[in-house]
Amino acid sequence: MSTETTLAPSGTGGNGSPGPVRTHRRLPRYGVAALYLGGVVVGALLSALTGFSIALTVVYGVVLGTLAVYLVARRVEGRRKATDRLVTTVVTSAFGIAMVPLVSLVYTVLDNGLGRLDSAFFNSSMLGIVGEGGGAYHAILGTVIITALTAAISVPIGLLTAIYLVEYGTGRLKKAITFLVDVMTGIPSIVAGLFAFALFALFFGPGIRLGIMGAVALAVLMTPVVVRSSEEVLKLVPNELREASYALGVPKWRTILKIVIPTAIGGLGTGITLAVARVIGETAPLLVTTGFVNGTNLDPFSGRMTTLPTFSFYQLTQPGFPPEFGIDRAWTAALVLIILVMALNVVARLISRIFAPKTGR
Amino acid sequence: MTTTSAPPGPPRPTRRLGDRVFAGSATGAGILILLVLAGVAVFLVTEAWPALTANSADLPNGKSLASYVAPLVFGTLVAAVIALLVATPLAVAIALYITYYAPRRLAATMGYVIDLLAAIPSVVYGFWGIAALAPAMVPFYGWAAEHLGFIPLFAGPASTTGKTMLTAGLVLAVMILPIISAISREVFGQAPALHREAALALGATRWEMIRMAVLPYGKSGVIGGAMLGLGRALGETLAVAIVLSASGGITFNLISSSNPSTIAANIALNFPESSGLAVNTLIASGLALFLITLVVNVFARWVVTRRAEFSGAN
Amino acid sequence: MAKRIDVSDLDIYYSNFLAVQGVNISIEPRSITALIGPSGCGKSSFLRSLNRMHEVIPGARVEGKVVIDGQDLYGPDVDPVDVRRQIGMVFQRPNPFPTMSIYDNVVAGVRLNGGRLKKAQLDELVERSLRGANLWNEVKDRLARPGSGLSGGQQQRLCIARAIAVEPEVLLMDEPCSALDPISTLAIEDLMTELKERFTIVIVTHNMQQAARVSESTGFFNLSGVGQPGRLVEFNPTQKIFSNPDEKATEDYISGRFG
Ligand SMILES: Nc1ncnc2c1ncn2[C@@H]1O[C@H](COP(=O)(O)OP(=O)(O)OP(=O)(O)O)[C@@H](O)[C@H]1O
Ligand SMILES: [Mg+2]
Repeated sequence: MSTETTLAPSGTGGNGSPGPVRTHRRLPRYGVAALYLGGVVVGALLSALTGFSIALTVVYGVVLGTLAVYLVARRVEGRRKATDRLVTTVVTSAFGIAMVPLVSLVYTVLDNGLGRLDSAFFNSSMLGIVGEGGGAYHAILGTVIITALTAAISVPIGLLTAIYLVEYGTGRLKKAITFLVDVMTGIPSIVAGLFAFALFALFFGPGIRLGIMGAVALAVLMTPVVVRSSEEVLKLVPNELREASYALGVPKWRTILKIVIPTAIGGLGTGITLAVARVIGETAPLLVTTGFVNGTNLDPFSGRMTTLPTFSFYQLTQPGFPPEFGIDRAWTAALVLIILVMALNVVARLISRIFAPKTGR
Repeated sequence: MTTTSAPPGPPRPTRRLGDRVFAGSATGAGILILLVLAGVAVFLVTEAWPALTANSADLPNGKSLASYVAPLVFGTLVAAVIALLVATPLAVAIALYITYYAPRRLAATMGYVIDLLAAIPSVVYGFWGIAALAPAMVPFYGWAAEHLGFIPLFAGPASTTGKTMLTAGLVLAVMILPIISAISREVFGQAPALHREAALALGATRWEMIRMAVLPYGKSGVIGGAMLGLGRALGETLAVAIVLSASGGITFNLISSSNPSTIAANIALNFPESSGLAVNTLIASGLALFLITLVVNVFARWVVTRRAEFSGAN
Repeated sequence: MAKRIDVSDLDIYYSNFLAVQGVNISIEPRSITALIGPSGCGKSSFLRSLNRMHEVIPGARVEGKVVIDGQDLYGPDVDPVDVRRQIGMVFQRPNPFPTMSIYDNVVAGVRLNGGRLKKAQLDELVERSLRGANLWNEVKDRLARPGSGLSGGQQQRLCIARAIAVEPEVLLMDEPCSALDPISTLAIEDLMTELKERFTIVIVTHNMQQAARVSESTGFFNLSGVGQPGRLVEFNPTQKIFSNPDEKATEDYISGRFG
């Protein structure tokens, strides 16, 4: 990228132009800084009118400063350059604006969730707990079990489908499957939950709630993600390797198993880990399929099961009495959930780094 | 695979067992996906059927199914449209910033940070919305009701908890921001260097270069990304269920505490305690949601693939 | 164990596009046969149809006969996988398996075909094949390192070692030296001369000197016109092709008066 919008010649300051070729007048850097400073000062005064706040000061400051720079730049540098400056500020602030919710969210969750991040939270369930204490032991186990089941369903189906699409598929069927995988990626999570519910309710009656139902619902969400990412990765395996293997007289299926998949293993692992991260925080489909209990249930084929996201949701919406303890547990569960998802993201990056093709040089 | 798509030419009777098994199971997995999608539709219709055919007096609201679902559809659309209107310009600006403005060394990290927004579970967004965003919006709602009350959107009375349609829409906007910006980033990054350099060589400023060579090229990609984001916003459940105070009917008033719920949030909140026909009614509303998102997503894919086919960028 | 190849009336198609038409050729065992001709005339397609690699491409097919020691390769109950075990191939760009060490690359063919050899036998096979490919001395101390860590010329010889480790009857080489420097090229040419004691070798090359240096017979492929299929114009002893070819087109091509 060019750096033509850097303001004045750096370091020297001053309005003069050190280079022999410069023909345009440009705003010096300190001039821009001064205008923004002015904006912030006026902004502080303005916000003081409605009770001083830092946030408002920054907002007013940026808006006023940008406006001032634009107007001055228009006089000094001309309309085109001024617009360019304006857009640069707008685009940069957009990034800044997006950071606000991220930082605020992380701060809020840490602030509210750290209090109960103790050993009791990980060691005890909610069985017989009214008010203080209690924990998410049962919910964490439930999440682990249901997520593992989900992966056990989705990974083989997703991987095989990706193999079909890349290695075997031709014609109409391939087109149809590609299209439907795309459509499936867009299924709302609650609809996936309703599907699993409808499926089981048809056989076991409408009151049915099981861990496995949650896993089926999540598998509907996870499978297309696995297909998509695996497909991308398998396509990256050079055809030359397949041909080299065929030319050694290796059958196609062994070529796929022993050459294609090992070559792509890092990418496959990364994709699958990210797919797990995507479903591990899903709440809505579990609300309608796995139900909610206070005790520990390790059997996904009988009885209700609590997971971390549903635990968190119910502790917030039905905290019991007095409510503050339930709400604290809810936040801690949310914090644990974020930590889990972030950890999975880090693991995914590690996998792709560790398995990156070695050159050995 | 074995019979349908065999290439023309000499028949190949000998295929190894391993190959047959492997090709068969791969094809089977693909077909299973077809079946699951069909299954979603079939089972939803089956379970929704009692509600579709029931006597309207037996339905949860005692009136017709349509009058039950209509405000939900309305709420769903309003929340999603707010999210879309807020998120799209922001996402496009962020994508431009990351592809063409940010320092090269930091750009990849910045992209990763934005992607992190997509990794956060929706229930956590709900928590954040109710604990941080909603209270922060209350002063604005009060001010808006007072000074902008002549606009129907801000008619008031202002919510004192901040649990409004606008808050819900803003939370959704944050959630779909990374989706739209990821796709926009991709298409902006693919804008042909030739055109970009040609623009710069003509003496264009950076913004003029982007307007001439990047935006036209990325337009349909952005539209497709926005549609995918819309699909996500339509189906988002928990964040809305937590943030929105849903107790009203159809209204364009975005800042009061009586709002229509959304389909997804309504299901999540009412399903666990429902039984009998109420469950069927909720599933019927879920079917409506499925159809709406289906249309949006198919359209989005169509836009995105059409672009891929005609851009010639591979 | 080298075998002779008889090709009669071979037509090669990509879907409906006829790429090569009416090839008749007899390739002698224990010799090097070179195929030359302008780009796009179908040399690679022809070479790949000799071990049924051609049909790996979707929609590709052939008509006609390829007979190896009396057996029709395209016969109704011939398994292409078996054909490829007998007829090895070396590609234009070296393509060692990136996930495997040098050692594993050499034994890949044996292992992937489900062969169970003892460690000692494998060691012996690796040494024999690498020596056969003139690579042993360069890599014997780093057999456990990734094959992709070698230089281009070494990688190509590794691929040759990999191909001869499964002990094929025939070795097909599609421009094996075009990505290599002159020194590595010479090394591989020397290697080919050694290998022809044991194998039937068919090599595609754009390097006329190379064809003249290493081969016994040379086939010249040409296009009769734009959009027309490629044909085998002339097939004769290399000596004759380069000194006194039967066809005018051959002479024009060899003396650079082509097109
Ligand atoms: N995968 C393919 N699909 C369709 N047509 C192909 C394919 N590969 C080659 N062809 C066509 O077949 C003809 C012969 O190609 P081939 O690769 O055999 O030529 P070649 O003699 O090896 O050329 P070169 O010297 O450039 O390698 C060409 O017209 C080419 O366009
Ligand atoms: Mg070729």
